[in-house]
Amino acid sequence: MLLTMLTAWTASSVRAEPVIVDLSRNFVAITAGFTGTEVLLFGTTDGRGEVVVIVEGPKENTGVRRKEKVAGIWVNGRQVNFTDVPAFYKILSTSDLDEWLPLPVREENQIGVEYLDVQVEGDVNEADAAEYRAALIRNKQRIGHYGKVEGRLQVTDGRLFRSTVHFPANVPVGKYQIRTHLVDKGKIISTRTMPLTINKVGIEAEVFRAAHEHSALYGIAAIIIAVLAGLGGNALFRKG
Amino acid sequence: MFLYLPIAELSVNVFVILGLGIGVGTLSGIFGVGGGFLMTPLLIFLGIPPTIAVGTEANQIVASSVSGVLAHWRRGNVDFKMGSVLLVGGVVGSTFGVWLFRLLKELGQIDLVIMLSYVVFLGTIGSLMLVESIRAMQRARSPSRRRKLHQHNFLHGLPFKMRFRRSKLYISVLLPLLIGVFVGILSAIMGVGGGFVMVPAMIYLLGMPTSVVVGTSLFQIIFVTANATFLQATFNQTVDVVLAIILLIGAVIGAQIGTRLGSKLRGEQLRGLLALMVLTVCGKILFDLLVTPEDLFILALGSGH
Repeated sequence: MLLTMLTAWTASSVRAEPVIVDLSRNFVAITAGFTGTEVLLFGTTDGRGEVVVIVEGPKENTGVRRKEKVAGIWVNGRQVNFTDVPAFYKILSTSDLDEWLPLPVREENQIGVEYLDVQVEGDVNEADAAEYRAALIRNKQRIGHYGKVEGRLQVTDGRLFRSTVHFPANVPVGKYQIRTHLVDKGKIISTRTMPLTINKVGIEAEVFRAAHEHSALYGIAAIIIAVLAGLGGNALFRKG
Repeated sequence: MFLYLPIAELSVNVFVILGLGIGVGTLSGIFGVGGGFLMTPLLIFLGIPPTIAVGTEANQIVASSVSGVLAHWRRGNVDFKMGSVLLVGGVVGSTFGVWLFRLLKELGQIDLVIMLSYVVFLGTIGSLMLVESIRAMQRARSPSRRRKLHQHNFLHGLPFKMRFRRSKLYISVLLPLLIGVFVGILSAIMGVGGGFVMVPAMIYLLGMPTSVVVGTSLFQIIFVTANATFLQATFNQTVDVVLAIILLIGAVIGAQIGTRLGSKLRGEQLRGLLALMVLTVCGKILFDLLVTPEDLFILALGSGH
């Protein structure tokens, strides 16, 4: 027993880190032509165990509404608000998580949408909270912000792993965290966290900032553009 | 070619939006309508959030009414006095409308109210137009009858009378003011110029001569939609200028095609066709409201920020 621990310790100290990981880039720019993008994630292990990677977007508050039928028409009914909801959440792993990652470990480290530590705001009974929570995840999956299934990491030589992480066109902006866990014998033995920032740049960012920070001026500019376009269109008309 | 819309926060195919602008612009060129009542629902069908479709369309209508009013002005077909009274009402109405929009947005019911307004107005206008064009087709075959210029009714007994020389009217200012307020509210909530309500109201309620109706309506629509654009941008941040610019480029091209086509095509049949299109859009919105949704739960709008 003591001997195995000692060997493990020497091995890890020699190779420095049991798991090393990096991204092809740590900034994703949303420009005018943005239609989604892929970031390459790659790394290496010391040969032990399996790897699971969690791609997690910024935490935000999200409301979920239930539709209700009123006089034959579907209207928006009760709303339940959640806090600490990751705007984006996807999992990549070397093989099926169920086979080597015990549930308590998954729960503790929020690995899997069912283990996300989202908080219900206000006074909501447990059954309702569970129903709305499931709906929150289902809706996030439908718009492509949460993964429906685990992505697969390709493994070479039992040590190198790699995969592309896809971010769709409607990807939420903000600061992302990419957590990589090395799991051996049902325990997390090493964790690496990489930051990734996704943001609008250039004209897209300028327009968004103007609209939100200088709303009145933005409105006036929008009207001026429209009036000029109208005059221009009319000038074209007269020629034509 | 895809373009990321900064306010709507989604990527759209520029050619689809441009095509939509040209298509609706062509229709407005043929029929002299603003086209907002078709454009806004079509944008929503394309996946643009309803609140942004409404705010952006108001912005685009400013451009098309500026363009349109100049042509009418040159021909002397704008009653500025009547237009001013209507626009005072319109500014009050659209201000109230944007306030109502914000309130409904906070209550989470704005999408429903936008959709229901469309069902009611598209349904009514589409049916009336269809009936009218069928009648016109029948009338074309039988000898025509003369109609009275306008009827006198209780509306002409209201106080605060004012003379509108260009429209040859002496009526109470309350009536155009009220019409202006009503159309202003519609403009803010539905993202339309409101010409499709304004024009019939001017003809049948006010009794204005048809020659000045379109020009005067366009004149006041400029100010009402400009007011709606300003307020939507300021209080709701729902105006996407990038989307508006693509739409208005399309609309300018479409309007040219439309005016040329309009002079070559038969009016009644075209009106019947437009009526059918309006009713189809109405039917699609109604269907979406009635059919059981795939998921009974939805993410609340705008809560992510």
